[in-house]
Formats: sequence, structure tokens, C-alpha cells
Amino acid sequence: MVEQEGFRRYVAHIILWIGIAIVAFPVYIAIVASTQDNALIANGQMSLLPGGHFFEVYYQTIFVGTSGSTREPVYNMMLNSLVMALLIAVGKIAISIISAYGIVYFRFPFRMPIFWIIFITLMLPVEVRIYPTYKIVADLHMLDSYAGLALPLIASATATLLFRQFFMTVPDELLEASRIDGAGPLRFFWDTLLPLSRTNMAALFVILFILGWNQYLWPLLITTRDDMQTIQVGIRKMITTTDALTEWPVVMATAVLAMLPPVFVVVAMQKLFVRGLVETEK
Amino acid sequence: MQKQSIFQSKLLPYALVAPQLAIVLIFFYWPALQAVIQSFLLQDAFGLSSSFVWFDNYIELFKDPAYFEAIVRTFFFSFAIAVSSLSFALLLAVMADKPLRGSMLYRTLLIWPYAVAPPVVGVLWIFMLHPSLGVLARYLRAAGVDWNPLLDGNQAAALIILAAAWKQISYNFLFFLAGLQAIPRSVFEAAAIDGARPMRRFWTVTFPLLSPTIFFLLVVNIVYAFFDTFGIIDTMTRGGPGTSTVTLVYKVYSDGLLGGNLGSSAAQSVILMVMVIVLTGIQFRFVERKVTY
Repeated sequence: MVEQEGFRRYVAHIILWIGIAIVAFPVYIAIVASTQDNALIANGQMSLLPGGHFFEVYYQTIFVGTSGSTREPVYNMMLNSLVMALLIAVGKIAISIISAYGIVYFRFPFRMPIFWIIFITLMLPVEVRIYPTYKIVADLHMLDSYAGLALPLIASATATLLFRQFFMTVPDELLEASRIDGAGPLRFFWDTLLPLSRTNMAALFVILFILGWNQYLWPLLITTRDDMQTIQVGIRKMITTTDALTEWPVVMATAVLAMLPPVFVVVAMQKLFVRGLVETEK
Repeated sequence: MQKQSIFQSKLLPYALVAPQLAIVLIFFYWPALQAVIQSFLLQDAFGLSSSFVWFDNYIELFKDPAYFEAIVRTFFFSFAIAVSSLSFALLLAVMADKPLRGSMLYRTLLIWPYAVAPPVVGVLWIFMLHPSLGVLARYLRAAGVDWNPLLDGNQAAALIILAAAWKQISYNFLFFLAGLQAIPRSVFEAAAIDGARPMRRFWTVTFPLLSPTIFFLLVVNIVYAFFDTFGIIDTMTRGGPGTSTVTLVYKVYSDGLLGGNLGSSAAQSVILMVMVIVLTGIQFRFVERKVTY
């Protein structure tokens, strides 16, 4: 484009690498710490190079857990997080796509009020309705259950808006054509609309999976049993042990394991991730 | 707003919206309503009966210096997080927008922290800056800083801001990069032909053209600092030392759960709700601006 000064590009490369180093440094430290001996770390003697305890630390973390506090193996926490994330992502997409379909392709009394009722939930994040929601979930006997973890978070104004927007761009001819073929509303939805929405659903899934996996405040409130806690809640409990010394290598290994699935999703499905992120913010 | 070509059915559309509507009414509107009602009630010490007290809970709240401090602190955190994260991300985005070899790799290496959960962010940073064993704390102490965020409120606040800003870099970077790439190259070329030097080109051409993105990100970052910092605060300082890192959301949580003061907690929730409505309203206005700029 303009003047291609080699020097300026050189500077750009350096600044970007510094940025990458700053962004990556905390994670590097976590990985290094997860391979070292706890006594060294507790003394403030931690080395900046990987140690030799990788296998034993990760084995203990995944299958045993911390020896002091909760003793819950991290594989179980990851399983809980996975179930919750999948329920939230799939649930949000499922109920949003059908409600958007109803709102766009039908005309019925209270159509617009219903749309607005869904839309306004954008302004009611879980943080502003913590205790009353907790009380309802408790009254429904859903504490310490997957339903309690996922259901209150499963409505999605954003996803509904997104699908509504997308359906509006689908040409009317498609509906006419499938009507001529004798297809009813459910057939049209299943055979025509759903395949067309595949990319949108995939992009949304990537974002919602990360969102679900990273939930913290809600699972913290409604899980009391150790075997129901998610990895985000579990890691917090590991560093609150007042009776024992915090086992930092295990904590750091848990942090690495907590980051692994969502970071993998972002890196492996970068195109879908970027698309989903930009679209859900519109 | 609606298709010309539609289906005719009396019950099907209701069945389609029913699941979402049920969730929304049970888990969103009903609790929100409960919060509003609760905020006008005062419960007795045993939680057996409650009486209607009009705005007493709100008045108490605004008379409470701790609440006022939490408001000021939350806005200060938001401002500090937004400004530091946005400026660093903008610098990186401007660099990555140049036609460089490996620009895709740079993007990949800069966006992944988006996926790190707030409590994990908290754990990572408290570990590095832990007064007795942190790797970075060592260097701070060697440099003569009396570093102890577990005792010093200002240092704890700085730690929260640093960690929260770190997490938000990738998000801001991504949107800045998209904003930069949407600016036609010919605009830069015209400015260059007019003899504007790169720094001048940035401030007179790029920055103004990017202003819709900046406004949009500013609002998103403030919302983020309001709500998503909860996990960071809870793993790092739990509001302490004292109350020096208690934000509005953290206060709702701790007053309701630990203090058992439901009326006050509900009043705080309602105030937060109003703030979210205002922020969302602003966000929608700016998003419109972004489209029509």
C-alpha cells in the first residue's frame, strides 16, 4: 500500500511478539509450575523452566485430586463442566432456533409481545437475579443437578435474534417451493431451514460452549456436593484450604486442564469462533 | 419484520415458542419480579415474617458509605480496565493490520485468552504475584517495592485491574482488527499522498474512522468489568483486603449469601438491573451508529 518501509515492519513484528509474550506468560508459568515440586514453589524457589514431575502431578490431579481439601478428582469436575457446557450450548441453540422459527414464519396473537419478552432478557443477566433464581431452583429441587446448572441459563435472546435475522434473509421462494412439494411447516423446518442454518449453528455453538464451560457464579451458588462441582468452582476451592498448604502444582495443573477445552475450540475452529463472536455482538 | 410468505397454524407457533417462553418466565422474569418485591420488604431476624417498608432498603443503601464506595470502585475499575485493555489491544491490532508475513499466526496467538475463564485468570495472576511465592513478586521485591496485595488494598485493586485487562485484550484486539480491515485502503493512500506521516495518519484518519468500534468496545468492556470480573475477584482477593476490591456484583453476592440481608441484596440487584438497562440501551444506540457510520 503506502510506503513499505522495512524498518516499520520490523518494529511491528517486535511489538506483536512482545504482545504475544505478555499474553502467554501467565499460562507458561502455570504449565511450568504444574511440573514442579510443591515444596520448591511454596518456598518461593520456583524455577522458570519445566520440572520433572509432569506425570505424577497430572496423574494425581486427574485421578485423585488434592490430598488436603476436597479430594475430588479433576476428571469428574471436567465431566461436570462438559455436561453443563454441552447442555447450555445445545439447549440455547435448540430453543432459540425453534422460537425464532415460530416468530418469523407464523402470524399469531401476541407474536410481538412474545418477541419482546424474549428480547428483554438481554437485560437480566444472572448476576442481577442471583438469589431469587437460586430460591426457585431450590424450590424445584434442582440444586446439585445438571438441570439446575443448565436450565436457568438456557434462554438466549442473542441466539433468538441471530436466527431471526438469518431467517429473514432466507428467500421466500424456498418456502413456496417446498409447499408445492407438499411439505408442512415441520418438514420445511427440518429439510430446508435447518440445513441452511448449519454454519450459523456451528458458529454459535463454539461461542456458547466456551460461555458454558466458563460459567462460574451460578455453579458456585447451586452446587454444594463435591462430586457435582465444575472445574471452575473446584479450582477456587483448591486455593481456599486454610487447614492445609495449597498444593500449587495440582492447582496449576487444574488451571491448565480448565483452559484446555475452550482454548482448543478457539484455536481449532478459529473461523467459526470469529464469526460467532462478531455475530452475537451485533 | 415479518415474511410475506408464511404458514397457517393456530397451535404450532405457540408450541415453538413455548420452551423458550417457559424458561424465560420461570428463571428470568419471576426472579426479577421477586427481587423488586423483596427490595421493598424488611424481613424479621428469623425470616418468618416481612413488612412492607417502601424505599427504606434503598435509602439505607445510599446512606451506607460502603455502598457508595463500591459504586465508585466499580466505575473506577471499569474505566481502568477498559482504558488499559483497549489501548494495548489497539496498538497490537494496528501492528497486525499491516501486511506482515505470518499475520494469521499472530492473530491465533493473540485471541486464545478469550477462552480462559475468569476464575482461572484469577488463579494464574495471583500465583504469579503472590507475595510469598509469586515469580513476579520476587522481582518486584528485588526492585524495592513493598509488594503485598493480600494486605495492601491499592495493590489488590491493581492486581484485579491487571488480570481483568489481560483477559480482555484478545476480545478487543479481534474487534479492532476487524474495524481496521473495514477501512478502505484508499483512504490511507490518499492521506499518504497528501504527505501525512504514519503517526499523523493514525490520529487524523484511522482513529476517527475507528471511533464507532471504540465506542462499542468501551461499552462492552464496561459491562465486562461490571459482571465478568466476579470470578477474578472471587479467586484472587474475595473482595479483600477489607472491602478494597468489592464491586457492585460482588457486594450483591456477599451481602446476600454471607450476610443474609435479603432486602438490601434485592435492592442492590434492582439498582444493578437499572444499570444494565442503561448500558444495554447505550450499546444498542452505538451499534446502530456503527452500522450507519
